[in-house]
Amino acid sequence: MQKFSAWSLLKEAFGGQQGWQPQWRRAAPKAEYDAIIVGGGGHGLGAAYYLAAEHGLTNIAVVEKGWIGGGNTGRNTTIIRSNYLFNESAQLYDHSVKLWETLSQVLNYNVMFSPRGVMMLAHTVHDVQVFKRHIHANRANGVDNEWLTPEEAKAFCPPLNIGDDIRYPVMGAALQRRGGTARHDAVAWGYARAADALGVDIIENCEVTGIRRDANGAVEGIETTRGSIRTRKVGVSAAGHSSVVLGMAGVKLPLESFPLQALVSEPVKPAFPCVVMSNSIHAYISQSDKGELVIGASSDSYNSYTQRGSLHINAHTLAAICELFPAFRRMRMLRNWGGIVDVTPDRSPIIAKTPVKGLYVNCGWGTGGFKATPGSGHVFAHTIAHDEPHPINAPFTIERFRDGLLIDEAAAAAVAH
Amino acid sequence: MLVIHCPYCGPRPELEFRHCGQAHIARPLDPSAQTADEWGEYLYLRENPKGMHAERWRHMHGCGRFFNALRDTTTDFFVTTYKCGEPRPALPGTAPVGGQR
Repeated sequence: MQKFSAWSLLKEAFGGQQGWQPQWRRAAPKAEYDAIIVGGGGHGLGAAYYLAAEHGLTNIAVVEKGWIGGGNTGRNTTIIRSNYLFNESAQLYDHSVKLWETLSQVLNYNVMFSPRGVMMLAHTVHDVQVFKRHIHANRANGVDNEWLTPEEAKAFCPPLNIGDDIRYPVMGAALQRRGGTARHDAVAWGYARAADALGVDIIENCEVTGIRRDANGAVEGIETTRGSIRTRKVGVSAAGHSSVVLGMAGVKLPLESFPLQALVSEPVKPAFPCVVMSNSIHAYISQSDKGELVIGASSDSYNSYTQRGSLHINAHTLAAICELFPAFRRMRMLRNWGGIVDVTPDRSPIIAKTPVKGLYVNCGWGTGGFKATPGSGHVFAHTIAHDEPHPINAPFTIERFRDGLLIDEAAAAAVAH
Repeated sequence: MLVIHCPYCGPRPELEFRHCGQAHIARPLDPSAQTADEWGEYLYLRENPKGMHAERWRHMHGCGRFFNALRDTTTDFFVTTYKCGEPRPALPGTAPVGGQR
């Protein structure tokens, strides 16, 4: 791996930028691997990296039907936070935030992690009570979260309208200062590059069409559009298509796939210092380093695999943005898009073994998986390597829906979907 | 925005409707005889097909009635809608592709 440093930049600047090498090999599938990850998004690439880096499994591959990071990793609004209510979630998401903090150094790749603060607005008495409950629960779990009055919220985010003449005035806010954003593509590329350097094959344009099982029902390989590959371990990290891939092995999961949309504005100078989200009126906004306002809309109500959604969903969230941030009323939106999110009944993920031996699944991240990318990949790698979950993901089983042990966060993205 | 054909009121914009999940799920007749697996399945396990999906809709801001629909989740094209209590219609040959024409 060509290491990035101030020195390498300088050297290439004087060398006419001719010495840069591709960041990962264009691998062709081998006949057999020790493990295969299905899905080359952040979660899958992260799992591959940690399998190689921490568990010594280097004869592994990531197979991706399109190009890496081209699914939800490249379609989300890049928010990172860990202020979840329940103990299990707090452990999982804070594990991730801690990995984010050092990720650029660990991968030698600038993922542009920017802990600029995530502020969640309260507009009703119920919001105030719920957020204060969250704050106390978070602090008991060692996760930072603090209560702000409307004036303090305005001081933290000057564009915010705290006037009492809007339909749902701001009554306060919960602020997680360690939360923030990162560069979504860089996360996928950074993990891919680091995993590749450890010998992991990253195979793009390779769609899984079947999962082969032996006489005892255990996994013995996969069928792909680029031929069949033998392996005893398959980790499925296929987001919205998890139901489709797992269906190939006869495993049915409590998942439904919905389109979730986002949009960005024309780029402007730095005007918005933090991340703001409002559950009650569904506003969800931050500003990228490129200058675009990044706005998360709601999911559509119906199952779909179309990677698009209805326009009225975007109009609804923009109405809320315009009321909360009047300065943005005349800005133009550049583009909008949709991704397919796999949603569980309790809005918490499944990171677990399946009833099929050798088949593992990391899915159900619903509308809020980006923030969990490093932690999710880390514990999923542990689960695959040891055939046992890491203590952090042990509660996130499939069986919790049979046993009634739901982790009922109700909203993975802090806005109701 | 989808245009949805309510079997009672005719074609109306999606905003008048609420999606109510998978169709044809019957509550167990003898709840106490159910195993934990069966309860979990009844409560949480849903079809998530990439293709034809039988689902319930409710014409919330119209007649208020529930009805069922067959929709292709790869195109969002509604093949048909039908009243509650009617069996799931057989598909008319091959599914249309590319939305309503």
